[in-house]
Amino acid sequence: MKFIRFVVLILSVFLAACAGASSQSHSQSGSSAYIQNKGSDTIVNLALAWAEKYQAEHPDVSISVTGGGSGTGIAALLNKTVDIANASRQMQAEEITQAKARGFDPVEFVIARDAIAVIVNPTNPVSRLTMQQISDIYSGKFNNWAQVGGQDRPIVRLSREVNSGTHVYFRDTVIRLGDPKNKTLFATDTLLLPSSEGIVSEVRQNPNAIGYDGLGYVPSDLKKVAVAKDANSPYVLPSIATVNDKSYPIARDLYMYTAGQPTGAIKAYLDWIVSPEAQTIVANLGFVPIIK
Amino acid sequence: MKRSLSWSETLITAVVKTCGYSAVVFVLLIFFFLLREGVPALGEVKLSELLSTRWYPIENHFGILPLITGSIIVTLGAMLIAAPFGIGTAVFLSEISPRWLREILKPLVELLGGLPSVVLGFLGILILAPFLRTFLNLPTGLTALAGALLLGGIAVPTIVSIAEDALDAVPQSYREGALALGATKWQTIWRVTLPAARSGVLTALMLGIGRTIGETMAVMMVTGNAPVMAIKLSSILAPVRTMTATIAAEMGEVANGSTYYHVLFFIGLVLFVISLAVNIIASSVVFRSKTRAERVLS
Repeated sequence: MKFIRFVVLILSVFLAACAGASSQSHSQSGSSAYIQNKGSDTIVNLALAWAEKYQAEHPDVSISVTGGGSGTGIAALLNKTVDIANASRQMQAEEITQAKARGFDPVEFVIARDAIAVIVNPTNPVSRLTMQQISDIYSGKFNNWAQVGGQDRPIVRLSREVNSGTHVYFRDTVIRLGDPKNKTLFATDTLLLPSSEGIVSEVRQNPNAIGYDGLGYVPSDLKKVAVAKDANSPYVLPSIATVNDKSYPIARDLYMYTAGQPTGAIKAYLDWIVSPEAQTIVANLGFVPIIK
Repeated sequence: MKRSLSWSETLITAVVKTCGYSAVVFVLLIFFFLLREGVPALGEVKLSELLSTRWYPIENHFGILPLITGSIIVTLGAMLIAAPFGIGTAVFLSEISPRWLREILKPLVELLGGLPSVVLGFLGILILAPFLRTFLNLPTGLTALAGALLLGGIAVPTIVSIAEDALDAVPQSYREGALALGATKWQTIWRVTLPAARSGVLTALMLGIGRTIGETMAVMMVTGNAPVMAIKLSSILAPVRTMTATIAAEMGEVANGSTYYHVLFFIGLVLFVISLAVNIIASSVVFRSKTRAERVLS
């Protein structure tokens, strides 16, 4: 599924490039606007869906969307080659310093929320885990499902590659339990798979596997694990409701950044993104809409 | 004596010469580029750190040993599968099968070589890995063995195609001579035809190794990419991370000129040196066998 999306992404990049080229020739005639949007791979499907809808409603605006990762998008914003950077993490202090050195203040917009679901094979009897247990599984302390109340089977840990924003978020929030002094690492035998699709297909056919992925990318035939913050908290399944009431512990905001306060067409686009109309697209893609 | 070359001949000679030298020039340029981008890693990371066993580059753990052992175990496994299979197929095509069958089979084998490795990778993820897991009762099928099997499959067409050409080039009189002396068909193949085609067969194997160690996509999809030390015999049944998969997966997002970037190029340099060593060893073996053959003939 991710691969199909990827193909769609490539195509739309090409189309966007063509549209960009043609819009530049239009812009000489006057009224049209061209917005460049780049960054997080988590957000890219959402940003594409938004751009499509918005362009259909506003034929005078053309928007090009590209992925590449949160860091890539922010770097492009710093180099002023894009108008809006997508990021699945907040800008780091040093990136903000760099922006100031280049003469602008980055402005942050929360555009949607995303939950990271912990997934296992449907035949796995384990249906709930605490954050501490997930941390111990991924750090290599637990190596058998029996240690967390399952069958006597080895645990196969799956993770995204190290350049994924989701990997970093999961390491900091779950494995290190949000403690910045904690330097626990993934166990060395953790399988690092280059795509969401790789994780999904391995979890689908392997009863030993545990993996994690953005809620929007988990197909319905896999089992999501209910997660508790600690042993005394209730176990909560990831969903739009549990993310918004903050009871599901592994959820994050998704951001867009502009260089300085946006104006004109960019401001109009960002205003539209937080409108109820645009936020229904968020829910359709499996992300969590923001409620004002 | 006056030699007259028409200008077109001079031109063609120049073009051919340029083509010949350009290969050398390109290899040198690539080598210098790798040196320039990779060698700074030695200054930025301590050698003891580079030779440690932990690869987690986003927090400055730059141990490349797991990656080197991963590449070696997958390549060795692939060659153990591909070499007998490839040479066997070549011998069958050239020596045993009737001519009409060869005309059908050889293009088919070469067609197999044209399959994009990413397609094989898909087959690996969806069919081979689940099969290995249930058949061998492993925790996961994404292992070095899955990578070796796929890479073996990728190397076989290369080996078959070149080895078969070499066997086919052995003069018919050799075989006739052997048979006339009372050798059986097998003795003729094993003692006469194969040794006579030795340099071509070795070239085939070396190109096969070259394809194997440099292959990226299929390996990245099926070996699980866990950077563990692959030094035990049982490591073949465990996930490994190869050098090529590491570079491919991580090059996308590193900052230009950072330590991480230099270490990735250093891995590329190691890979280059390994291929170079394989090639040098191969050509020296081929060279030696040739001179001996010449001595016998003279």
